[in-house]
Amino acid sequence: MEAASITETASAPPPARKAGDVLNAYALPLLLFGALVAQFIYEPTATLDNVKTGLSNGMVWALIALGYTLVYGIVELINFAHGEVFMIGAFVSLSLWQTFGVTDQTSLVLIVVSIIVFLACSMFASASLNVLIERAAYRPLRNAPKLAPLITAIGMSFILQNVGLLWRPTPDQVPDLIGSHAKYFTIFDVDVLHSDVFAVVITVPLLMGLLWFVNNTKHGKAMRATAQDPDAARLMGIDVDRTISLTFLLGGAMAGAAGLIYALYNLTVRFNMGFTAGLIAFTAAVMGGIGNLKGAVIGGLIIGVIQAISDGGNFLGLRLGEAWTPAVVFGILILVMVFRPQGLFGEETREG
Amino acid sequence: MSAAIASIRQGRNTLRGLVPSWTWMLFFLVLAILFPFATGSGSFLDACIQTLAYVIMALGLNIVVGFAGLLDLGYVAFYAIGAFVIGWFGSQQFPDVNGGKGIHILVSDRSTFQPKLSGGKLDIAGIHINFFFVIFIAMAITALWGVLLGAPTLRLRGDYLAIVTLAFGEIVPRIFENSTSGLFGIGSTDFSHGRQGITPIDTINLPWSKDILYTDANLKPAYWVALGMVLFTIFVNRRLRDSRMGRAWIAVREDEVAAASMGVNLVRTKLWAYAMGAAFGGFAGVFLGTYTNTVNVDQFEFGQSVFILAMVIVGGMGNIWGVIVGAIALSMMNRYGLPQLNDLSEPLGFDVTAISFGIFGFFLLIMMVLRPEGLIPSGRRRLELHESEIEGPEDTGAVGDMSQMYEVRK
Repeated sequence: MEAASITETASAPPPARKAGDVLNAYALPLLLFGALVAQFIYEPTATLDNVKTGLSNGMVWALIALGYTLVYGIVELINFAHGEVFMIGAFVSLSLWQTFGVTDQTSLVLIVVSIIVFLACSMFASASLNVLIERAAYRPLRNAPKLAPLITAIGMSFILQNVGLLWRPTPDQVPDLIGSHAKYFTIFDVDVLHSDVFAVVITVPLLMGLLWFVNNTKHGKAMRATAQDPDAARLMGIDVDRTISLTFLLGGAMAGAAGLIYALYNLTVRFNMGFTAGLIAFTAAVMGGIGNLKGAVIGGLIIGVIQAISDGGNFLGLRLGEAWTPAVVFGILILVMVFRPQGLFGEETREG
Repeated sequence: MSAAIASIRQGRNTLRGLVPSWTWMLFFLVLAILFPFATGSGSFLDACIQTLAYVIMALGLNIVVGFAGLLDLGYVAFYAIGAFVIGWFGSQQFPDVNGGKGIHILVSDRSTFQPKLSGGKLDIAGIHINFFFVIFIAMAITALWGVLLGAPTLRLRGDYLAIVTLAFGEIVPRIFENSTSGLFGIGSTDFSHGRQGITPIDTINLPWSKDILYTDANLKPAYWVALGMVLFTIFVNRRLRDSRMGRAWIAVREDEVAAASMGVNLVRTKLWAYAMGAAFGGFAGVFLGTYTNTVNVDQFEFGQSVFILAMVIVGGMGNIWGVIVGAIALSMMNRYGLPQLNDLSEPLGFDVTAISFGIFGFFLLIMMVLRPEGLIPSGRRRLELHESEIEGPEDTGAVGDMSQMYEVRK
């Protein structure tokens, strides 16, 4: 846990805990878990189904959330354009399938090859885009007051969203390469679909790879050092600018992968999907404690489940539904921000 | 050269001495009042009226962002609340109120588009309250919501605060949109007509005016009402800025810890900033609601919040006149500048007006990189944002001195 965080404080003694702190630390997770259990008792099968959908959908949020958490951990900036990077990733993968004429009629081998190759392509495209954004919009303002890069980030997000609008003005259908809505197997009366399996199969190796990279490689160490203290890192001979670029590169790659998964999972893409996805993923990142990689993943899964249950339309008799879901997610974002700004898992950040 | 500039400056100063500053104010005021006679009631005056409403919103946001330094990305929420208040209290939205007879407070047949019955009573369902009362109701409600939003976010700063306000700005329109039959399935009152929105909305009712205000043929009264609202807003903003509270806001913006240790009550100061900023958002919302004659959730997107924030930033955060200039510039550019770009659509091969928010995003980006203090910055802000550059010349100066010394020794 400690090693996975990129904003850990190296040797700070554990602060003495008061009873109130402990209550505060566990109140929100317990509340969420309690709500889930209550909902399970209320509607067992539907809830299990929602949890399944939520977990697989949460994989996508987790991948995007990693980008937020990495970037925030290292430059303390909310990269507003990150959601749009994800959108561009989805667009790139769809364009590649369209260009090469891959449809659901293509042979299985070709489909698998195309998914793997185009996954790499869209990851590369999103990663380069994210690095470019950093170069153009954030680096010139590195020493400016915090407000300035935040506003350029919003500006960048608008620009990219309009690029997406010019690229694909209307929602586009994605070829159903994996038979998304077909049943794969059934467990506890819950149908596990191809899309669920697909999301897990692609995401888990990526997550493991990223965690391994940050924890075990020299570059990962440089990232963690820069996150802790950029000036000290520079004194230790770390090229801070390059490390920051690398962070944006990794975050962008994850967003690109998420874009491809999202495209095949939901089978439709549109230019404004990045904004909401970005906010949801940011909520996940905050929930897990921003700067905490594993936290972002768990936060993504939690948000996915919350979203699925809200989409399900009936939470303990409250009439919710898809129209309410954004409000529910943002409401939870506010709750977490206000009561647990350090995240559910109690990771202290520089923001505090 | 510099002597010439100095003499011009001196001349200007003597001119200033001769003509007191309030005469300039009076001059511009008279110009603003007579303005609609020059333009006539056309689409240009319509654009001016909407611009005035944006000026109010930008000035309101300037209290929160410019004075108190609390970044608010969800300002559109207050606009939405204000607009819905006039939607509720000035339309037939609640037909069952008072047994279907409706409630009428100081409204006439002129503003509700309904013929009066012979007994002098209005025959129209729903709540109808005079515009000028609704303004105060809306300001009170939005101020309250500003405090409700502000209270839990007091601990947060910077980006976190921005995100919480953004989330608030996203939630409020969703709540309005979804409250078509009660809230969360509780009750069955229709608060908003969903995506269709509330329409028509009563017009402004001036006791001495015989006409229905602001028909397309006669926009002048609406312009004067909006101008009056802007003047009120400017007056309040100026007084607030120079008040004890205003100085506390600036102190909090500059350094929270230092301000607190000087005895500034952070909670009170920040909550007042939220309440005042929100109240002006509601103020403008009420006007735009009745002026556009419809209240629709599509008007309250994140893009709106950023649009208003861009006015504050482009104009110059914290400077009342700068913000006004920014609001007029951006609002007019949105109305007239971007359609001009339509001519570019042909050679570029795409509809340029479709990407208006992208162009705004580009402006924001360029502005932040090149001139983060805005067009007409407040002096304090400019110093703050160019701190490193002010330090810069000093450093090079020191190097210059060294090299001179070196040369002397040589």
